[in-house]
Amino acid sequence: MEKEFLKLFELFIAASVINNFVFTRFLGLCIFFGVSKKMETAIGMTITFTAVMVVSAALSWLVFFYIMIPLEITFLKIVIFIGIVAAFVQASDTIIRKVSPGLYYKLGVYLALIATNCIIIAVPLINAGEKRTFIESLVFGLGSGLGFGLALTIMASIREKLELADVPRPFRGMPIAWVTTALIALAFTGFSGLITL
Amino acid sequence: MSHQHQEKVSYWALLKNGVIKENTIFRLVISLCPAIAVTNSVRNGFLLGSAVLFVQAMVNSTVALLRNFIHPRIRIPIFMLIISGWVTVVDMLMAAYARAAYKEIGLYIQIIVAFASILARAEVFASKNKVGASFFDGLGSGLGFLLALVIISFFRELLGKGTLVGLTIVPVKPMLIMILPAGGFLVTGLLMGFFNWIDMRFYGGKGAGGAGGH
Repeated sequence: MEKEFLKLFELFIAASVINNFVFTRFLGLCIFFGVSKKMETAIGMTITFTAVMVVSAALSWLVFFYIMIPLEITFLKIVIFIGIVAAFVQASDTIIRKVSPGLYYKLGVYLALIATNCIIIAVPLINAGEKRTFIESLVFGLGSGLGFGLALTIMASIREKLELADVPRPFRGMPIAWVTTALIALAFTGFSGLITL
Repeated sequence: MSHQHQEKVSYWALLKNGVIKENTIFRLVISLCPAIAVTNSVRNGFLLGSAVLFVQAMVNSTVALLRNFIHPRIRIPIFMLIISGWVTVVDMLMAAYARAAYKEIGLYIQIIVAFASILARAEVFASKNKVGASFFDGLGSGLGFLLALVIISFFRELLGKGTLVGLTIVPVKPMLIMILPAGGFLVTGLLMGFFNWIDMRFYGGKGAGGAGGH
């Protein structure tokens, strides 16, 4: 039991820090650069993103193991996973708008953005590829979501300061954000080899 | 690219627009996620670029072909379905004929399905234009993407490994950082700044290009 827990913990650390999606696998950059301008939006995105990530990892796992494998239609996994994620995002958008308008006002805009995030489709695909168990898939989804949030908050805190810096004109905006990300990614390289799975 | 102009715009102009004026990576700054990940060697960059080129051209043609049958309210799910269909085709082709490369970039091939640039071209152009024009619009946009990937991977492979397409150019590894993940961000950032500088210096642009999006 303790050993299993340790393995899950390792998976969590590996997903969130060592193989951080943004800094070592380059996924989710679109949203990463889009919402990391302010701390407030970065935190809102983190909360929404992690929640959606865990639920869609669970849904995809259930569909993959109870529907796709028995029917031998695993080759359709790209089509089906993108369908599940899009449908879930759309459904939660509608439900939250009806049930809790206050929450929708705060987080609704991030929900619409999430459907275009590459991480959200990559996690079910990796889970299916590695044939993970249900709990492992959940932990991997949670780790990925929080790892993305970590990257967002680090970046947002730097970019708030960057606004005041005197950057050469051609580098203003996107280019300097990329160079900054390169430096953070270099720091994250230090984590590699911490845990070998 | 509005509806009325469609007859006047030549196929050549469509290609040029996709490659230069609306270059996905350097000008629009979208669909970057896998783009940076696979550019540690020219071979991988070229393969992913070609896959995107193929998917973009086929998706645009399919959408243009079916544009009169798709109900506007459900168009986005239908586009996603078309895109994921073509991505599955490329995924299976790569898995069958380019096994060694597929092991490295397979995940990123599958991720093409979430590319904003492909959906954007289908929505903005192909759903309103004829098949021929849409095909060339997709070709141009795909070529621009392919070109950007090859440029980035050229610098990264040459500086990081001292090789080009696997051939040794310099016997040492000049800058190891270039093939690390950090190098991908660095090269892309510097190139973006460089293209902004060219734009400002020679074409009177305002700089600060790249609104950033998905």
